[in-house]
Amino acid sequence: MDQFLTFGIVGLSTAAIYAVIGSGLVLTYTTTGVFNFAHGAAGMLSAFSYWQLTVGWGWPVPIALAVVLLLLAPAFGLLVERFILRPVQALGEAERLVMTVALLSGLIGVARWIWDPNVARPLPAFFDDRPPFHIGPAAVTWHQAITMAVAVAVAITLRLLLYRTRAGAEMRATVDDRALVGLTGADPVRANKAAWILGTQLAALGGILIAPTVTLDAAQLSLLIVSAYTAAVFGRLRSVPLTFIGAVVIGCTESYLTGYLPQNDYLPGLRLAAPALLLFIALLVFPHRRLRGRDRRLAPVPVPTARGTLVFAAATIAFGVVLASVLGEADLITYGPIFSLGIVALSYVPLTGYAGQISLCQLSMAGIGAVVWAHFGAHGQLWALGLAVLVAAVAGALIALPALRLSGVYLALGTAAFAVVLDRWIFTLPAFHVLGVEVALFDQGSVEVTGPSLFGLRLDSGEELMVLAAVCLALASVLVAALRRGRFGRRLIALRDSEAAYATLGGNLLFAKVLVFSLASGIAGLGGALYGMQQRAITPDQFNLIAGLPLFLVAVIGGLGAVGNGLFTGTALIGPTNALITLAPSLQNPVALLPALAGMGLGKNPDGIAAHFRHQWEPLGRDRIARTALLAWLATAWLLRLGDLIDGWTFLGGALVVAVALRTWASARQAPAAEPEIPVEWWGVRRDWRPEDEEVLARGVAAS
Amino acid sequence: MASLRVSGVTVSFGGNRALDGVGMTAEPGRITGLIGPNGAGKSTLFDVATGLRRPSSGRVHLDGRDVTRMRPSARAKCGLARTFQRLELFGRLSVHDNLLVAAELGPERPRAAGVVKEILDRLGLTGLADTAPDTLPTGVGRLVEVGRALALRPKVLLLDEPAAGQDAEETERFAALLRSLADDGTAVVLVEHDMSLVMSVCDDVYVLDLGKVIAVGPPEVIRNDETVLAAYLGDA
Ligand SMILES: Nc1ncnc2c1ncn2[C@@H]1O[C@H](COP(=O)(O)OP(=O)(O)OP(=O)(O)O)[C@@H](O)[C@H]1O
Ligand SMILES: [Mg+2]
Repeated sequence: MDQFLTFGIVGLSTAAIYAVIGSGLVLTYTTTGVFNFAHGAAGMLSAFSYWQLTVGWGWPVPIALAVVLLLLAPAFGLLVERFILRPVQALGEAERLVMTVALLSGLIGVARWIWDPNVARPLPAFFDDRPPFHIGPAAVTWHQAITMAVAVAVAITLRLLLYRTRAGAEMRATVDDRALVGLTGADPVRANKAAWILGTQLAALGGILIAPTVTLDAAQLSLLIVSAYTAAVFGRLRSVPLTFIGAVVIGCTESYLTGYLPQNDYLPGLRLAAPALLLFIALLVFPHRRLRGRDRRLAPVPVPTARGTLVFAAATIAFGVVLASVLGEADLITYGPIFSLGIVALSYVPLTGYAGQISLCQLSMAGIGAVVWAHFGAHGQLWALGLAVLVAAVAGALIALPALRLSGVYLALGTAAFAVVLDRWIFTLPAFHVLGVEVALFDQGSVEVTGPSLFGLRLDSGEELMVLAAVCLALASVLVAALRRGRFGRRLIALRDSEAAYATLGGNLLFAKVLVFSLASGIAGLGGALYGMQQRAITPDQFNLIAGLPLFLVAVIGGLGAVGNGLFTGTALIGPTNALITLAPSLQNPVALLPALAGMGLGKNPDGIAAHFRHQWEPLGRDRIARTALLAWLATAWLLRLGDLIDGWTFLGGALVVAVALRTWASARQAPAAEPEIPVEWWGVRRDWRPEDEEVLARGVAAS
Repeated sequence: MASLRVSGVTVSFGGNRALDGVGMTAEPGRITGLIGPNGAGKSTLFDVATGLRRPSSGRVHLDGRDVTRMRPSARAKCGLARTFQRLELFGRLSVHDNLLVAAELGPERPRAAGVVKEILDRLGLTGLADTAPDTLPTGVGRLVEVGRALALRPKVLLLDEPAAGQDAEETERFAALLRSLADDGTAVVLVEHDMSLVMSVCDDVYVLDLGKVIAVGPPEVIRNDETVLAAYLGDA
């Protein structure tokens, strides 16, 4: 009984923190319509700042608290509102989501840069010099008591603020009807600012309170928020009181799991994954408003031509062959993922680009593929690669079922929770038996991975694996292009554009969603298996949620509707960053921020830049002379490189310069000779009638 | 040939009854008009008929079969198709592909491409086949929605204000199209604010006001019905 009480106290004090953080989340969501994935990261950054001021620089606690809560947090909230969210406020839900995901990824990068993750940073609890006091048989530390008191104070303050002040009335008005706010004289921008300030302060408060009870680690702290998200989902992202109740449920569940779960090899991970598991369940159980409203804009989905696709596939393979032949063994390991992670990124094209399903667990699916291959393909059996794809596809189908009930932010949250459950629990399990089959995962550490045998040939060197990955990426791109041209691709796009219309035409949503999730996961699984081969050994960390965020961000930036996005994302994610690090090793930390910064650039380029690239390079492909010149140059340089007359960097740099020069020349040659403007009435008289004129006219008439 | 019958359908939004015990029948080969002032519940009735909204009570029968508990996609397979008042076109697919998606889901999927070509021709949309529907004016967009519904080869066709945004000549052509569809044996239900169109093409007219059917009958009777006039005047 004493134990029960003690764990209850622990649970309630944790719950208090979740409630504080969760109510901040609800406040920003209801007022601004933005679900802030970086909410926990803001708390994390505040905890680090607080540590720096108190422990690092020895400032007195009250001053440090005041600086963080009253100065830094509000300033940060305002900056985020002004520079990150306002630019995308008018865009769709997906864009706003990407911004906060980029922010999450970026803040973790910043914290790791400023505060070396290899140094331990203990943070003392409040009043830890005083002995705990007793309520009946249970001991309560002062820190716990303060935490609970803070939560109560927050609850009262929020209540007064929302219902007794003008700012609160404005925030609530914004919640009820965005369009009407203007009429009531409330100022939505001011309400947004107030919500961001207050929300960030609540996150900061929670971060500072929770930090002493856990290790100060950027990713861990940012994800502690998962529990706060769950509390907010209890409140359906709208109700502060329900969020408090949710927090109590979660805090106590976690605490009692710690207290009463039997000790064995299988369950410690479950304790770590419990918040994510609860989030998953809460998402499914609590009814929420379907965010059915049509997005103002969706990524365009260009139709690739058969010829263009083949040229692209050939170029991908050629790129792989050239890279494989010019890079050294160490560089091959560094740059190999261009193609394997490119395949994982390609899985976003059908899933998110066509079908509009936002998933944050594609890298986890890659992890499943990798681990299946590692165990079943240990001797290079090719069928094991098929098995890796299959198992990943089945896992994908499993998340598709809950996905049927979720959309938008909820789906993103659900898949993120799934990624966390895999990484913290499933991937850490020791080997076990199901129906007589041994299921081995990461063997609680890392597993060795080898290459496959193809027609009796063992592919195991860096070169061979890179070419293999390039070929697989080319094939997967051809597959996705065929999908786009075919019936299933059309259906995916249709169901995203209007679920209602698709269903009333007789389309089966369940079937289509399950199929696209398994297809995308299968592709990701293939990429993961190849990635594992290139890395030689894999650990769960390589496939966790945080590791997957840059991949998602760069893929979004590339443009989710473009088939070329796999190669683009792989190259953009792996190429420049590693090249920069090679040239200037001290740039390691800032370089890690690039994907996040690119993600935040979305507001400027919402349609993605892969299509833009294609557009820019098309003239080169169409111009026979330029094309031949480029190929000849590449062949010569390649031979020089193979003969060791020039080094790899000269080769790549030279190729880039020549390619850009030829492209510029080709586009200049193709620029149409400026044609004098001829009024439409004179078409076919002053100049020849062209077949396309008819369509131009039809459109003009239709538009009038 | 199939008919649509809804009976005793009630739908509430909060405390507000959008439909209150509504019954309606649409017979093959006939054009059934459904009129009423704004907010009368016409679109909501279509949502109930197609399964997008569950009624709190009431039944929906298609071809004598009770489909009240069926999903929208299953009802489509029974030959029911509709258009949407607030356009629900597939914005990222071309006009041609909008129809193709439907044709491939319909009963004539082996010759889907031929079906699409024929319908584009019939509606005079061939010149716009490769355009993105979002760039079209709403009047043309509505026609594309009609074409998409037709690509399903429906036996019961529900049209929600399909002629809004058309000029007199286009409306006339549209009326002829409706007539020919009915002559082929389709049961057509037409929601429309253009009274002259309704009165000229419909065989029967249902008048809905505040969620209740206030009058049923042939156009010439409805035209002179005092309650109907009062409902519209009360609205104005
Ligand atoms: N999703 C909804 N939530 C709440 N109320 C709704 C909803 N949809 C419709 N209503 C209400 O139900 C009633 C009927 O709406 P409905 O759209 O069916 O009318 P209508 O006859 O189609 O009108 P209109 O001629 O303007 O298209 C209206 O009072 C409307 O405000
Ligand atoms: Mg309507």
